[in-house]
Amino acid sequence: MEVPILKQGRFLIATIQAALSDADLLQLRRALIDKVIHFRSNGVIIDVTALDVMDSFATRTLRDITNMIRLRGAGTVIVGIQPEVAFAMVQLGLTMEGVATALDLEEGLEHLQLRATGKI
Amino acid sequence: MPVLQETVVAIRSDGDIVAARQQGRSLAAAIGFTATDATLIATAISELARNIVMYARQGEVIIRSVEISNGKSIVIVARDNGPGIRSVEDALRDGYSTSGGLGLGLPGVKRLMDEFAIESELGQGTMVTIKKWLR
Repeated sequence: MEVPILKQGRFLIATIQAALSDADLLQLRRALIDKVIHFRSNGVIIDVTALDVMDSFATRTLRDITNMIRLRGAGTVIVGIQPEVAFAMVQLGLTMEGVATALDLEEGLEHLQLRATGKI
Repeated sequence: MPVLQETVVAIRSDGDIVAARQQGRSLAAAIGFTATDATLIATAISELARNIVMYARQGEVIIRSVEISNGKSIVIVARDNGPGIRSVEDALRDGYSTSGGLGLGLPGVKRLMDEFAIESELGQGTMVTIKKWLR
């Protein structure tokens, strides 16, 4: 299941649409890094609204993506973590420290815009 | 122990991890678990199934809904004939990992569920049994 990545100005928006296997997650990581380099993007949003489980592998991969993109000088925001998914992640001991999160796409874009203009 | 429903998912690749947790979620929902509890159960299954793929390469996850006089529960057995765990005690400690992973697997799974048991023998394999009661 490939994750579509949309380019919007200097931002990229990846919208996960169904459960992802480990291989799918690694594919997303590769595709996002490639596109950030290719388009010289300065912000990325990963919409995980459709994910009903975020286990240790998914969490680690999303954190790796964020760190890699940060080294390119760009920001990443994870949006749409479902309340019960957040609950399970915390119980499991996964906190996503250092990764920006926002409620939804709109707030995620707002975060990236503030970041791009140096306000945060 | 009257079993209401049972599903066995063979675990051979990372795609089977997704299948196992989806089966777990639907079995949990079928006996009345809330969305939150079903997510905790699905997440626990995901971690156990991944351990099988990562350490033993193949095995199986058995998901059972059970009813006894004091209530319904879901029981998950994840077993493999892999290398086994050298020190179960170490594996149950937060932050411990032999695979360069996060090392949160088993203690995290234990926190997600009500009951947790593990049997492992070097060179023989590992069996983890977890349970959550319907409240």
